[in-house]
Amino acid sequence: MTDQMIAPVRPETVDVDAAIGILKERFPDAVKDDTREGYVGVVVERSQLVEVATAIRDELGFDYLSSATAVDYLGIEDSMEMVYHAYRISGGKPLVFKAQTPRENSSIPSLIDIWPGVDFQEREAYDLYGISFPGHPNQKRILMWEGFNGHPMRKDWKEAYYEAELKPFESRWPKGYVRRSEELNIFGKNVAYPADFDLSRLSDDTEASLYAGMGLGVDVEALNSDEELKTDRLVVNLGPHHPSTHGVFRMVVTLNGETIETLEPVMGYLHRNHEKIGERNAWNHNMPFTDRLDYISSMSNNLGYALAVEQLMSRGMRYTPPTYRAEVIRVLMVELTRIVNHLWAIGFLLNDLGAFFTPALYAIAEREKILDFFEATAGSRLMCNYMRFGGVFKDIPERIRSTANLLNDKVRDFETTQYLTQLITETLPRAVDELDTFLTDSEIIKTRTIGVGYLPTETAIAYSAAGPLLRGSGVAYDVRRAEPYSIYPELDFDVAVRYNGDIYDRYLLRIDEMRESLRILKQILPRLERTKGESFFSGNKAVYMPRVAIGEAYGRVENPKGELGYYVVSQGDPKGPQNPWRYHVRAPSFINLTVLGQMCKGQKVADVVAILGSIDIVLGETDR
Amino acid sequence: MYGVGILKGLGVTIRHFFNTYVEDLRYVGKKLNNTQEFERRQGVDSTGLYTVQYPEEKIAVPERFRFVPFLVVEDDDHPERPGHDWCTSCGICPKVCPPQCIWIVRSEDPVTKRPIPEPEAFFIDIDICMNCGLCAEYCPFDAIKMDHDYELADYDRTGIGVHIHDKEKLSKPFSYWRKIAPTTAWEEAVDRGGWEHIDVIKQKQKSGAPIAKPGPTWDSPYVPPIVPVKEEAPAAETAQAGGEAVGTAAEAAPVEMSAEDAAKEERRKKREAALARKHAKEQGGEG
Amino acid sequence: MSSLDLRQLHDTEFPIPDEMQGNLAITSLSKVYNWSRRSSVWPMLFGLACCAIEMIATAASRYDTARFGMEVMRASPRQSDLMIVSGTVTKKMVVPIVRLYNQMPEPKYVIAMGACASGGGPFKEGYNVVSGMDQYVPVDVYIPGCPPTPQALINGLIALQKKIDGQSLANMDDVPWYGVGPSDPVPIPILGPDIIDPRQMGMIREQAMLAAAGQPYGVRELPAVAMQIATKKISAGAAVAAVSAASVVVDAEAEAARLERRQEAVARKRALLAKS
Ligand code: SF4
Ligand code: SF4
Ligand code: SF4
Repeated sequence: MTDQMIAPVRPETVDVDAAIGILKERFPDAVKDDTREGYVGVVVERSQLVEVATAIRDELGFDYLSSATAVDYLGIEDSMEMVYHAYRISGGKPLVFKAQTPRENSSIPSLIDIWPGVDFQEREAYDLYGISFPGHPNQKRILMWEGFNGHPMRKDWKEAYYEAELKPFESRWPKGYVRRSEELNIFGKNVAYPADFDLSRLSDDTEASLYAGMGLGVDVEALNSDEELKTDRLVVNLGPHHPSTHGVFRMVVTLNGETIETLEPVMGYLHRNHEKIGERNAWNHNMPFTDRLDYISSMSNNLGYALAVEQLMSRGMRYTPPTYRAEVIRVLMVELTRIVNHLWAIGFLLNDLGAFFTPALYAIAEREKILDFFEATAGSRLMCNYMRFGGVFKDIPERIRSTANLLNDKVRDFETTQYLTQLITETLPRAVDELDTFLTDSEIIKTRTIGVGYLPTETAIAYSAAGPLLRGSGVAYDVRRAEPYSIYPELDFDVAVRYNGDIYDRYLLRIDEMRESLRILKQILPRLERTKGESFFSGNKAVYMPRVAIGEAYGRVENPKGELGYYVVSQGDPKGPQNPWRYHVRAPSFINLTVLGQMCKGQKVADVVAILGSIDIVLGETDR
Repeated sequence: MYGVGILKGLGVTIRHFFNTYVEDLRYVGKKLNNTQEFERRQGVDSTGLYTVQYPEEKIAVPERFRFVPFLVVEDDDHPERPGHDWCTSCGICPKVCPPQCIWIVRSEDPVTKRPIPEPEAFFIDIDICMNCGLCAEYCPFDAIKMDHDYELADYDRTGIGVHIHDKEKLSKPFSYWRKIAPTTAWEEAVDRGGWEHIDVIKQKQKSGAPIAKPGPTWDSPYVPPIVPVKEEAPAAETAQAGGEAVGTAAEAAPVEMSAEDAAKEERRKKREAALARKHAKEQGGEG
Repeated sequence: MSSLDLRQLHDTEFPIPDEMQGNLAITSLSKVYNWSRRSSVWPMLFGLACCAIEMIATAASRYDTARFGMEVMRASPRQSDLMIVSGTVTKKMVVPIVRLYNQMPEPKYVIAMGACASGGGPFKEGYNVVSGMDQYVPVDVYIPGCPPTPQALINGLIALQKKIDGQSLANMDDVPWYGVGPSDPVPIPILGPDIIDPRQMGMIREQAMLAAAGQPYGVRELPAVAMQIATKKISAGAAVAAVSAASVVVDAEAEAARLERRQEAVARKRALLAKS
């Protein structure tokens, strides 16, 4: 205590502006303010990036690197840059720093020694932008395959079905003669080959390069020792078609006997070019696309994107923040989504543990009721597309009713409030309790999970783990509290946290979080009642192509799977562009996987799927 | 004691197991898929989850349910313009469509080459459509709506008009929309000020003809207006003027997005109002 | 299939001797055979993307595919009859999918669930997305929607059952997996600078030659827009026809060869039958 009084400025607690001041003082030549319109943070000379980053982490206390991504400013600055968002694990605003590189021979020093969590993100930047990261031990493509032609996210790279730079396309109206894209391509497929393509030198070396560096080759000395059981090294592929990889995820593991020596996640099997398409889309086009990121919790994906764009819009002229009712509805939806997601996650974690389908069926039973509510409100069970910039799509309907229009249709008709109240106060708590009784004490589950997949606190922070994975390791970091958004500050809830960092704790944490969500939802109900009839949208709902003020924004929400961030840049058109210049998704599933290899090392192969299940990934978001 | 946890878990399973039979016993002799039973089982206070016997019984989808879009056209027995499109080919929905799967050909007057507010062709590629509903949300004429018919499975997607829905396949009468979404249709009608298409309403307001007003609640019965005997309007001239008006309206549409300052907004509103007046006028003349 | 048109049934290639015309055994065998086949279609436990979630929801308690004998989801392609392609097919993923398809035993069926699997879906324009599963493997039933609701999926499954019902045992074209020998595997695509369908090798070579000669390559002569206007009523269909016509230029040869082989095999079998 006294220490603090004597030293008035402790660099690791000062606010972001002061921290930037300190940084500029320490590195006068390397650190400059980012003075571009609508930008924040500092630009760091890339030759000194590593030193500056070390100072940011160690001296200023920004120990949690939330996101690292590249932006291509072709035609604006003719440079590329890496943008890093560093946070303090104790909460607060980010320190944003950037490093620029020319577009040709672009390279930026790797920060992997400072924050190992940038591993996949740098690989992604290498894959999609062609920026090389000297110092990165494993710089390979991550989403596309080795040998793919070009770096697709560069602004001058065009895909086979390229039609125009930006949407909306001219050809759709008023002379919109329908043409399938296949029609325009000579191969009738979504392919384009380089002009100098030499078929004779065609070799599919994707797999070969994958296995390189897996530590193959048997260490005969060790294997021949007499005390040890004789084992052999073996490479096993799990996925991309594997019942327990939660989609098309693939792991290549080297086994020594049954013990895992190395594990390398291989992804990109669901790389749907979300970001490339997102940069062509107009701002509001992206909303339904965000549904398809984490397709189990589309509502919270929507919210994150809405928040990011609202941040940008709020810098423009006429902007009215979302109304109170809109915020209440948003929180209602997001918390219901959290329950949906955790029910799903627990059900399928049990699947991975070998309890095939019964727990999953019990867990996702009540989910259907929440989906019914989503369907009645937003129109779709999964792909809700419900949030808008400045509010929500439509108010909650008075009655959940349906009309028979097909043969044999059976109609239901409920009062929405009654339905919700019943759901939140009875059905869902009952379901959570039942799950708790069903699973928590089971000795089989305990034996399989306690102590397995251990993730120490420091590693979790260093690897930028987020969500239940981070909180299960004893870090009470929840964006809803660390950097509050929407109406969370006025809601009473606790950040669930568990300390052992194993699968069991992550499971317990999810149960806790569902209970906390129910607690929030119970507070939401009276607010819903109170705001009934108020406007659920601010601004002009008929504006179908909003223009968004120039600048950058990073909007993040606590998604059920972890911190979901959207880094959006609005550039180009001085009137305020219709389309994002950069649209990046900081996907929790993707970044949480960085630490998978660490967690699995030394574990048995049967536990790998369980560890993966406890991270709770979804491939739509991992690969985007 | 070791094993208690497992027994507890098994208790849950056994409870589930017996509950199914308890349910069955409760309904011995009753027809299981009658409507009241259905509502109870799929309802708010049912415990657990009941299987929907799909082909025999289907959960009706809620009103806001979105599947592929359809175009609203006037009913066949509409007194003035049976089968007329509600779509004015204003071009908003192809712009807001995120995967850009709407193609519209705007009609032209064969003589004057001016646009006519009715699409000549309208295509939606349902192999691209993401059922997002943005087209329906932003259509200013309530002309494109999300359909509820999800039973679209077929054996071939490349046949004529199979997975690229053309205008013929997309068009469904307004009464269908009122049937599948009574409250939404009613709300929209209240916003428009009548059950008719907005242009028709404006034209009727101008000429003083009776308008079918929506009732006070969504389920109040539909009262068609008494159709007055109408005189023939002078056609060619007004149509020409009208075409121009639509053209400018369409051109003006993208401009309105910019959000710069209040004065501009004011001007925009005024201009819009003026345009709407003009539009209504020519519609009046034309019809 | 409650009523079978006998005349239609006998209108097959199956060599029924004149005096045996009207033999009911074949009909009922087909019926029983199809009934048992369609009531135990085992789908592969195989999810790709968002649609997979709806597929799981369909298999779960509320919609319950067990009612159709489809509850046994097998992770191994060797044990499954039906591949539900439930989600976006990416270029990287299509390689394993084709491999899985080849590993499935005959009779095998493919359902393209959702817009993505049918024809590319909302992500169609993306550089890593395949515009429809049917570009690589034959698809039996398409279910549009994004995502199709569980009820829509079941509707598709019923459509598949109907298709199975319609396959007559007497018609070698319906059940080619009897006696014709192993079916040809679908060539597995190669990941080069972009995905390469081995069936299009010739075409790619041609294009490369054009490029080497400095001529424009990779372009396609499109019908003039005026033509499109004239045929706009059917332009959707025409467009598709154009596509399929063009994309199978190279496939056609392989297709013809395969057909020939198959006809030969059928003839062989017929001869055998006639002899016995
Ligand atoms: S927005 Fe409505 S009126 Fe305009 S073109 Fe689309 S369907 Fe027609
Ligand atoms: S629902 Fe969405 S994707 Fe489909 S046509 Fe409408 S706007 Fe386009
Ligand atoms: S069709 Fe839609 S829901 Fe299905 S995989 Fe594609 S994007 Fe996802």
